[in-house]
Amino acid sequence: MSLRIVVTVKYVPDATGDRHFADDLTVDRDDVDGLLSELDEYAVEQALQISENSDDDVEITVLTVGPEDAKDALRKALSMGADKAIHVEDDDLHGTDVIGTSLVLAKAIEKAGFDLVVSGMASTDGTAGVIPALLAERLGVPQVTLLSEVSVEDGVVKGRRDGDTASEQLEASLPAVVSVTDQSGEARYPSFKGIMAAKKKPVQAWDLSDLEIDTDEVGLEGAWTAVDSAAQRPARTAGTIVKDEGEGGKQLAEFLAGQKFI
Amino acid sequence: MAEVLVYVDHVDGAVRKPTLELLTLARRIGEPVAVALGSGAENTAAALAEHGAVKVLTHDAAEYADYLVVPKVDALQAAYDAVSPAAVLVPSSAEGKEIAARLAVRIGSGIITDATDLEAGDEGPVATQSVFAASFTTKTRVSKGTPVITVKPNSAAVEAAPAAGAVEALAVTFSDKATGTKVTARTPRESTGRPELTEAAIVVSGGRGVNGSENFAIIEALADSLGAAVGASRAAVDAGWYPHSNQVGQTGKSVSPQLYIANGISGAIQHRAGMQTSKTIVAVNKDAEAPIFDLVDYGVVGDLFDVVPQLTEEINTRKG
Repeated sequence: MSLRIVVTVKYVPDATGDRHFADDLTVDRDDVDGLLSELDEYAVEQALQISENSDDDVEITVLTVGPEDAKDALRKALSMGADKAIHVEDDDLHGTDVIGTSLVLAKAIEKAGFDLVVSGMASTDGTAGVIPALLAERLGVPQVTLLSEVSVEDGVVKGRRDGDTASEQLEASLPAVVSVTDQSGEARYPSFKGIMAAKKKPVQAWDLSDLEIDTDEVGLEGAWTAVDSAAQRPARTAGTIVKDEGEGGKQLAEFLAGQKFI
Repeated sequence: MAEVLVYVDHVDGAVRKPTLELLTLARRIGEPVAVALGSGAENTAAALAEHGAVKVLTHDAAEYADYLVVPKVDALQAAYDAVSPAAVLVPSSAEGKEIAARLAVRIGSGIITDATDLEAGDEGPVATQSVFAASFTTKTRVSKGTPVITVKPNSAAVEAAPAAGAVEALAVTFSDKATGTKVTARTPRESTGRPELTEAAIVVSGGRGVNGSENFAIIEALADSLGAAVGASRAAVDAGWYPHSNQVGQTGKSVSPQLYIANGISGAIQHRAGMQTSKTIVAVNKDAEAPIFDLVDYGVVGDLFDVVPQLTEEINTRKG
């Protein structure tokens, strides 16, 4: 038996950098260093663990949609241990929103062929967290999402989803779409050997025509949502800061009483 | 007047507060029609009517509890087809966002997630979102199809606005995908008796400075004196001192309470992303240089083991 895993990853602006918008109100990806979204490292890690725990012949493909620099995210995932990569890149993709992105990813996943899709819980820039559900909807396969534990055996994926009100054990037959949280297990660091090996691993480039997607379904013009304005949040006005000289708790209580919280 | 579908989050018929907030926002756009699914759905009607629902569409079936997400998408789509609404509003819980996203694809619409405000506009509802760890505020519209928008807790006041709230049975035919993901076991989260973190008016959080799970008792004591929820920074959760379900930050919960009290939390970007939109922010930290002090309305530089118990005692004394 073989098991084909596709891991979706995103190249995002570094959250510790000065993130901002470009003139067309898309996320500026030029002025801030980018990297593999931290939350996608957990997806790569779980795919690798599924592979290591499997008797099947497992092949892990990492997939990204993004500009030229997004190759860095693929390289990182390959150096962690993924087998090959697909980079969907097209100038007409600039400004694509979440619905359009899910279309491109779904078409690419179908073209690549898959038994299991593994995604992170959300990106660290857009943070919507809906791509895994959208992929399951578009691919017509079960969604087994927001897992803090995942395993695959005999064509069945099982996992634990820790929700707001309950912890649930989930089960679905492959093919399926899985997403994992930051509770699923620390992601490994690429080894030197892994980094060297990654340089030789294949990165396939596809554009919109390879995926038979019309340009009016993607990009800023084709987006299902429109951003009218983006304003920097005004800096919070400087507050009162006191040093505790033995009465700090009482002073704080006085402030809270003045604000009617007590 | 156009109708607006509101997806109801409830526990056995008890409507959760974010849904009542959604009704406030829905009334700015049109007449709210609520959709309540699962066990106890009909019992939601009184609370929904009191807050402005003109109709309450209900349906119960074992599938809602036994299978993940898709049965609820099928039902919301059935409601959409029956009502032809001007917009669909869903609470921004993890499940709510998944339901909304799948509905959006099915009906050929755009989706906006995690709105913090909503107004009527010439070209449809305009949503406010807080992005890049709350350092930017954007105004966004859905430009294709019927707007599907998920709204975060604490985005609007709960307002009484009595309406008919007529209960109607919703006819639902489940799709062949509805039973794809089986829920084989469910363990309800143990109730702490404290308010839900994302819904609470006051949140008291502890971080690295709390230095041990046993010390969280003083954070809990302060929270209880104020009737607050308890939060924790990623450092405290990763150290195993407090459950992940209480984590505030980018990979945990995002909160926007009236008052946020950060104790022993430095204020890294990861944490700020989850609490920066709080109305009033207070911090206690030993390190005068901690970035959290850039955000505060009131800060105490001091040892939280001195300051917090004194604060708790003073609050309890004042309450008499």
